[in-house]
Amino acid sequence: MSLHVSRSTKASRVSGIIALMLIAVLIAAPWWGSTATLRLIGEMMVYLALASLWNLLAGYTGLVSVGQQAYVGLGIYVVVASAVLFGIHPYLAIPLAGLLAVLVALPVGKLVFRLHGAYFAIGTWVVAEVFRLVFAQIATLGGGSGISLPAKVMQTLAVNKFWRETSIFWIALALGLGALALVYALLRSRIGLALTAIRDSEVASSSLGIKIERIKYGVYVAVAGMTAMVGSIISLQKIRVSPDAAFSVNDYTAFVIFIVVIGGIGTIEGPIIGTIVYFLLREFMADLGSIYLLFLGALAIVIMLVAPKGIWGFAQQRWGISLFPTGYHVNAGNEKHGQ
Amino acid sequence: MTWANIIIQGILVGGLYALFAAGLSLIFGVMRLVNIAHGDLIVAGAFLAWAIVQQTGLHPLVSLILVVPLAMAFGYMLQRQILNRTLGKDILPPLLVTFGLSVILQNGMLEIFTADSRKLNAGVLETASFSPLPGIGIGYLPLLQFIVAVTAIAGLQYMFYNTALGRAFRATSDDSETALLMGLDNRKVYAWAMALCLGVVAIAGVFLGIRANFDPFMGPGRLIFGFEAVIIGGLGNLWGTLAGGVILGVAQAIGAQINPGWQVLAGHLVFLIVLALRPRGLFPRMDG
Repeated sequence: MSLHVSRSTKASRVSGIIALMLIAVLIAAPWWGSTATLRLIGEMMVYLALASLWNLLAGYTGLVSVGQQAYVGLGIYVVVASAVLFGIHPYLAIPLAGLLAVLVALPVGKLVFRLHGAYFAIGTWVVAEVFRLVFAQIATLGGGSGISLPAKVMQTLAVNKFWRETSIFWIALALGLGALALVYALLRSRIGLALTAIRDSEVASSSLGIKIERIKYGVYVAVAGMTAMVGSIISLQKIRVSPDAAFSVNDYTAFVIFIVVIGGIGTIEGPIIGTIVYFLLREFMADLGSIYLLFLGALAIVIMLVAPKGIWGFAQQRWGISLFPTGYHVNAGNEKHGQ
Repeated sequence: MTWANIIIQGILVGGLYALFAAGLSLIFGVMRLVNIAHGDLIVAGAFLAWAIVQQTGLHPLVSLILVVPLAMAFGYMLQRQILNRTLGKDILPPLLVTFGLSVILQNGMLEIFTADSRKLNAGVLETASFSPLPGIGIGYLPLLQFIVAVTAIAGLQYMFYNTALGRAFRATSDDSETALLMGLDNRKVYAWAMALCLGVVAIAGVFLGIRANFDPFMGPGRLIFGFEAVIIGGLGNLWGTLAGGVILGVAQAIGAQINPGWQVLAGHLVFLIVLALRPRGLFPRMDG
């Protein structure tokens, strides 16, 4: 009997091929979709990225941040400030936003890491509030009422409206899929093994020599950088920015948390499922306004109480499927064993 | 005397922040739970008082006779029906469930009471003041608010260290499994803690509503003020929480005097400075 260890399963190989085809279809979207479709997919990509990154923080390292809007807003404002104050091209401002957020997250991380658990959560929120209040004081960026990206700057993005929309869409696509790929690659690496161990048991992983605090800090800083880059594309999508919108706890934390919780926290697939469910619900229920939000809140509570691993966690438990193979499987002939 | 006056006003507002914080401090002490919906519950208390005042014409402070027991009953049920199920080793469920509750409360209040700003009218009490020294004016309302805060904290402190319920709280807090073995029903102890917390929250809500306008979305801001007071004062120390509230109030008053836009920011900065220099707060509990 020959034993054979592999990471992929039949389901993950099939899903890989389907994913590649889907990506090709998405890249071609500017030619088959309307402007409204492009914007919707673009927004979905933004939320896919934010949800994947928040999931990496909360689902794997247990760092439940309620203040990721600090970095989203920072990214949004870096693009605007670069263009308005320093004449830096928005495309250049995107990596710049990531770099700057990393530099900001280094000391901020040191500070908020003094708080643990739920207190960490509210501590990160205070930091985001400080960012919001500080940007509301900067008169050259419109103060509390905000500012728009000048039309001249928007015109430098591409030769005409079609290519402008298309390039913004492609960047959003790249960031959405990029965040997903990054999380996947990270979880397959040595760090990912450590992260999964931390997720399952901090005490046990610490006794095996995993430097928990260092890994958590590194993940926090890296996620901050990526989150700011997502923020910078939001800036190009929305054009008009204000402190209240850019550092909105509802838009960039509450909805993101709902997406991850509904889809399945601590799984790569969770944020994808969550994003699809969230946008489906929104398309059908957004007209209901606050009732829709009431429903989302109640849904998140019910899922947390009944199926804390969300839709995907439930499916995984029930059928043992995994689309992104991060574990190992032992195959002996036709016999299959779980992860 | 202007600065002395500003600091005194800050201290008095600090009493309100301590009221925001006392309930947070209590339930964290008993069950290590941080309720993200705490601020929204304060605002809900204000709206409940507003509805009762509208219906009965009672004075808002008199309405506390109804608001406090109703809030306590709600707290007891909330803990028994929902929050008790989330408690365990994992911190995610309570955090995310109370986060969902926060969104439900905000949008529920929006549906019922609309987005209009409301205010509780306390009549002459709102503007009456006396002047103990030239240049210093003390309003009766802020003073009353401060006295109520001190009384509430003294009451909680007494309850914690001198009553059977307080003993149950401390036992469950120290070692919930052993407390269970000794015949304490954790679920009931937690429910009582949440009921008491909501009693204080209701008082805080009524004072919030008398002091200024309120709307369904100002809860998170109150949660943050309360949280900052708890951390500045030191976890697990109720008198420290009062001191934390006062420090926050004074910092905001001074910030507002320098530039109106810096009021809230100054409070946040003091919190971050305390976090950087004294991460366990200024007055951490000795045995903590």
